[in-house]
Amino acid sequence: MNHADLTQYLDYLLIAMLLAVGFAIVRLRNLFAVVMLTGVYSLLCAAWFVSLDAVDVAFTEAAVGAGISTVLMLGAMLLTARESEPAGAGRHWAAFVVVAAAGAALFFAIPDMPVYGDPDSPANAYVGRDYLEQVPHDISIPNVVTAVLSSYRGFDTLGEVVVVFSAALGVMLLLGFGTGARRREEEED
Amino acid sequence: MSPHLILQVVAKLLIPLIVVFGFYVQFHGEYGPGGGFQAGVIIAVAVILYALIFGIDAARRTVPPVAVRVGAALGVLIFAGVGVATLFMNGAGEPLNYLDYDALHPDQGHHTGQHYGIILIEIGVLTTVSSVMLAIFYAFAGRVPDIPDEEW
Repeated sequence: MNHADLTQYLDYLLIAMLLAVGFAIVRLRNLFAVVMLTGVYSLLCAAWFVSLDAVDVAFTEAAVGAGISTVLMLGAMLLTARESEPAGAGRHWAAFVVVAAAGAALFFAIPDMPVYGDPDSPANAYVGRDYLEQVPHDISIPNVVTAVLSSYRGFDTLGEVVVVFSAALGVMLLLGFGTGARRREEEED
Repeated sequence: MSPHLILQVVAKLLIPLIVVFGFYVQFHGEYGPGGGFQAGVIIAVAVILYALIFGIDAARRTVPPVAVRVGAALGVLIFAGVGVATLFMNGAGEPLNYLDYDALHPDQGHHTGQHYGIILIEIGVLTTVSSVMLAIFYAFAGRVPDIPDEEW
């Protein structure tokens, strides 16, 4: 490690905070605190993505994960009970075995991961490098992410927009258009 | 006098800034991080903040649910419509391609057409994402009464 690479300690700090928040979410029984902590978790994720130079992902995580999701979870929370029963003290050995096996497999896979920022890693080498080299000639906008998203992968983005639209359609068909409860209240009055 | 006076004053200051920042993210997405998805969420957040502070009914009067429903479909139509337009606008006799923005402008270097296409489809993305986020929020928030004062 060269001495210029000090941001790795920031990464360690952020991952440690993510772990702490994750454990807190599992342990807590108050739904309001859990919803707030998931927002904190998203915000920490976003900070970590900035540290990894993935600013577009960080932006989305901060806006969607920490912003909209928290509000929607609060809205959903108002429809249900705030506190949950304390979990039983029973040991779930099968679950523990599955988690331990999955964790061991992940640790086993770590040596095969490319070094962070490796220009020859599969993610950076083939198509990724082509995009970085071709965008100035093909499209000539500075943000390669936008170019890939809107132009090279325009079909995919159209699909994503349709998925977002379908999500709203599903929610509106299931929950109504947000006027049902109010009308019922007025009829009862 | 409303019990949330400070929140209301602060929110009134913040909401215009949030909207302006949303449009900055939208139209600066080619140069920095951002784009239609993020800008759509930010603009939806401005309205949701308004709904949280001033009540869901005030938000419904400002941004009617009908507009939200129309906007969600309109954005998809704008995006898909740009693709259909490129099918018909290709004058050079080249093979016709859906969402091939080069057809939007007869610039030989292709850059202008690409820029037009990206700006147009990002407007579609912005319209759909902001409308959908609001639609989901309205659907959830419309089912419960406003948050009681003692729970603030």
